[in-house]
Parts: sequence; structure tokens; C-alpha cells
Amino acid sequence: MTRKTTVLMILAVLVTVVVGACSKKTPPVARPMPPPAATAVETPPPAPPPPPMPVSEPVPVPPMPVEDTIGSRSLDDLNRDSPLQPLFFELDSSEVSSEGQVVLQANAAVLRKYPAWQVTIEGHCDERGTAEYNLALGERRALAARTYLVSLGIPADKVKTVSYGKEFPFDPGQNDAAWARNRRAHFVITAK
Amino acid sequence: MTNFLRIKLSGAVLLAASAVLTAQQPAPPATSQQPTSVELRLTGESGTPPRLAVPDLLALSSDRETQEAARAISQVLWDDLNFEREFALIPRDTYKSIPAAASIEAVPFDRWRELGADGVIIGTVQKTDAGIRIEMRLYNVRARQSAFGREYTGSAANPRIYAHTMADELHDSQRQMRGVARTKLTFISDRNKEAVLATVEKRDVKEVFIADYDGANQRRVTINRTMNLTPSWSPDGRSIAYTSYRTGVQDILISNIFAGTMESPTKGVGQNWLPVFSPDGTRIAFVSTRDGNSELYVMNRDGSNIMRLTNNPAIDSTPTWSPTGTQIAFTSDRRGLNQPQIFVVNADGTGLRQISFESYADRPTWSPAPYNEIAFAARTGPGFDIKILGIASGETRQITFGEGSNESPAWSPNGRHLAFMSTRAGRSQVFTVDRDGRNLRQVTRDGNNTMPHWSQ
Repeated sequence: MTRKTTVLMILAVLVTVVVGACSKKTPPVARPMPPPAATAVETPPPAPPPPPMPVSEPVPVPPMPVEDTIGSRSLDDLNRDSPLQPLFFELDSSEVSSEGQVVLQANAAVLRKYPAWQVTIEGHCDERGTAEYNLALGERRALAARTYLVSLGIPADKVKTVSYGKEFPFDPGQNDAAWARNRRAHFVITAK
Repeated sequence: MTNFLRIKLSGAVLLAASAVLTAQQPAPPATSQQPTSVELRLTGESGTPPRLAVPDLLALSSDRETQEAARAISQVLWDDLNFEREFALIPRDTYKSIPAAASIEAVPFDRWRELGADGVIIGTVQKTDAGIRIEMRLYNVRARQSAFGREYTGSAANPRIYAHTMADELHDSQRQMRGVARTKLTFISDRNKEAVLATVEKRDVKEVFIADYDGANQRRVTINRTMNLTPSWSPDGRSIAYTSYRTGVQDILISNIFAGTMESPTKGVGQNWLPVFSPDGTRIAFVSTRDGNSELYVMNRDGSNIMRLTNNPAIDSTPTWSPTGTQIAFTSDRRGLNQPQIFVVNADGTGLRQISFESYADRPTWSPAPYNEIAFAARTGPGFDIKILGIASGETRQITFGEGSNESPAWSPNGRHLAFMSTRAGRSQVFTVDRDGRNLRQVTRDGNNTMPHWSQ
């Protein structure tokens, strides 16, 4: 074997590894997450799983923001303009719609990026159900969102749920648009 | 004038919060069985309710406090008696000109007879070293005789309690029924407009309040700057169990309102809400997702001996005990997703059956004996109305009719009235209504007030 072929082979292996590492991210099947970084504050971004090789040339974007503006914000700031989007429900329903799945997939991607975050999913209802039953319906909505997140590989112990029933509407209006806004699973980051 | 039953309502009791305490400690010597005067039952003409006049009591002291007490007591007594509809109360402004009397000799019976009164309650208020002394006597106008008399002494701080006590004793002795004049309501209010802690959203705190049954003496019970919901009295009136978000998720707390202490029977295990005391006060039924889904549970008051009552992937919620404590009615959407109905199950989890067949029904409340009824909120249009189901007859009647949305009914301890939440006045307010739909009264006005529950 010449030196040239050896170099080529090494490159080939490298590419395979990197490609493998990248393509492995896509399917939303449960896979072990990097252990939650016990140390807080400036958490090192989650490294791509496989071998810690001295990467030289092609750096095909590891999941690491160039400038981590989100990670450095305070909890209140984060929650005021949250990177975690709410998902909305049909009347009297706790089914996660296809739009809701897209939202949760995006939220899961954020949560993977910040494995130290603790979040609470608040279940909310519109005013058209009874106050008491809505406490259970809100909980069912929050649990539905949580179950889907866990199926995407988010550790169950990172996600709490709470139900506020119809007690804290986001929109006080009494019309379809307001009611639609109020039937939601709302994400709150409680620790980072 | 010496043949009154004398009852001392101690100042401490009155100050501590009155009605609930006195209701359960009904002044030992005050049984009607040891009359010092013959107590006659007042009757109306040919089976109609006796017509009653309650003029201002005569103030025997000239100070303002006594004068005001004299006026307040007679007005509150009139209201209390009117509330139960056992007497026909003659409007007070129609007998302003009839002179007050300090003794039976001075009672102008002819004038009262002319007014059409079967009975008149006449009495005096006098300042004492320790507070006030109130004497009240019900006269049978036709017989010109005393039918019932009481003397109360105690603090002048809350004169309403003397009227409430007199009303309850009159209903007991004259009509053989238990009045609710000394009972209380608990409910949730956002009137304080304080912001909930630990959220960036604009949310007002909701705290547990109590009030006399007629809305007087409204007071805040919880001060935890978060949301509290679904308050429920213990049968002895000393504690309120409720759902609190103090820890960030819904959990059950018990406030012992006179001792000023708090208990957490579920000890933070899972999410727990909608606690209700059993009729004997030893157990609490509640809802929890501790096993992954909304199910009904029963535990001892201290949190021990937790028993799961339902096991179904649907929502099971909103328990209420039967008067004997042997059965529990609750809400479930097991027969149609998100179409909750009322079910009944034995307290050991057996014998489940569906009893409501509405498009949507929730918040059952089981009436005390002798009525065997369950009131609930039913979807009747865009909002809800209160319906009452006779368990034996299987028949349902409706007592509100689309004026606002009407939710969260709760029976009075004598089963003759319901407290409920209605939006008919604009915001959410607590109202009371009789079981036949009449006698509607607004109890709260300040802020939004919801989820009432009536003390025993």
C-alpha cells in the first residue's frame, strides 16, 4: 500500500464516522442521551456521540451554537421570550396534532441542546369546560406533550407537568381565537 | 321577665370566628327541652307559613354601639328567617310606626294583629360591663302569649351572631328544622390582585376565603401568593382542605383555620387535587395522577392508607361523598372521550354505575338527608346550568336557565339551598339559590369568586 492510499482510507473512515454520526440524529427513536451535566451554569455543549478524534479538515457542524445567546440568558428572560414553543389543542381534546408534533420536535431539539434544563409543561384549557374537569383535561394535555417529548428521547425526569385548568387564560377574550390560544401546553424553563 | 333561657356567647368564641365554632358547640344549657316558660308553636292561618314581624330591638342604652346592634340584630334575624322560607316575613318598613315594647304589657297586640302578623319578635339590647345583653321573645299575636324566649350575653364585636343563633333556635323549636344561619361558605377569590410569584406571566393570585352564609364577614384564609382552588370544609368546620400550587404543581393542603396550622397529607407525592372530606371527617377523597392518569383515591386524613378507587384510562375526577360515606359520586369521561358524566361507586371501589346522561356534566354534590339528590353542572348551550338529579326517581330538574354560565354547585348542610358560581353578574361570583330554583342571592361582589363549598 502506498502512503497515498493509506491517507485516502483514513479519510474515508473519517467521513463515514462523521456521516454516521450526523445521520444517526435524524430518526426520532429513543436513544441514550448524554448524561445530564451535573455541573450547572456554562454547560459544555453536548458533543456528538462517537469517537473523540482530532478533527482537522471538514467540520460538519456539531450541534454547537457559535455564540450561545440562549444559554447565557436568565430564566425569566428565557421564559419571557422562550425558545420552547407552546402547542395548541382542539376543543375538549388532548390529542397532539401533527402541527403539535412539529412544535414538540423543535422543542426537543432545543432541550437536547441544553440537557441541564428542567422544564414544566403547563396544561391550559379554554373557559368552555367546567373548572373542575378542566383541571384533569389540562393535566392530560400536559401529559400528552410530555409523553411525546419522552418518545423523542428527552429524559422523563427533565419534564414536569402541572395543570392550571381554565384558571390562567393567556387571552381573556371570549371568542374562537382567544379560546384557541388558551387551549395549550405551555413550556416553562424552571432550572438551567 | 326572668323566664328566658340564658345563653352566654363567650367573647372569645365570637372573636375567633363565631358561627362555625358556636354551631358545633351549641351552648350546652340551651336545649329547648328545659323550658322555663311554655314554648308554643306558632302557626299560620290554615296551613300557610306563619306571618312574622321583626321590628328593631329596643336599645336600653343610649351609646351608638348598642343602638347599632339593636338595628343590626333585628335586620339580620329578619334576613335569616326569610332565607329558609318557613315564615312569611312582613317587610320591615311597614311597621316602623308601631312602637317598640320592653315588656309584654307594652306590646300593642292590636296593631300587630291589624298588620296581619301571626307572630312578632320583640326584644331589647343592653350594654353590660363585658359587652351586650340581648333578650328576644317571639309572641303569638293571636294568643297574646310568649311562644319562645332567649337571652344572650357576650361581646358586642359581631352582633350578627346573636341574630344567627336566635334564627337557628327559632327554626329548630318552631319548625323542627335545621337552619343555616350559623354556617359558612368557603370559596376562591382573586380580589387581592397580587401577582403570582415565580412566573413571568401576568397572573393574579387566587386565595381561599371564608364568609358567613349570607356573605358577611368575608375573610382571607390562605396567603401563599400562588393559586389555590377547590376548598372543602371538614365536617367540624375547623379545617379546609384545598388544592394549592404552592410547590409549583397541584397538591392538597389542609388549613386548620382556628389553630393557624397547615397539613400536607399527600406529602408531595404526585399531583393531587380536589380533596373532599368524608362525612365523618376521617377520610379524604381526591384526584391524583400519581399512577400516570387522573384517578380517584381515598386516604385517611393524615395521608395514610391511600386506596385507589378507579382504574381506567379516562379522566376520573371531582368526587363527592354520599351522606353516609358509603358511596362516592364522581365525574368520568370513560363512556365518551371528553364528554364527562356523573358516576356513582361504592367507597370500596365496587358497584360502579353511570347516573347522568347529559352532553357534559361535572361537579356532582350529594345532598344531605332527607333529600337523596345530586346537583351538578350540565352543559346546556355555550355555558353551564345547575341541574338536580333525584337518585331514587332518576328524574332530573334544572334550576338555572342560561343566565351566564353556572357551575360548581355545593349543598347547604340542610339540603335546602345550593351555593354555586355564576357569571350572570358579569364576572364570576358566588350565589346561593334554593333547591327549587327560587330565592337567588348574590354572596360575593369583589373580584372573581368561584368554587364555593358550604360548611356543615
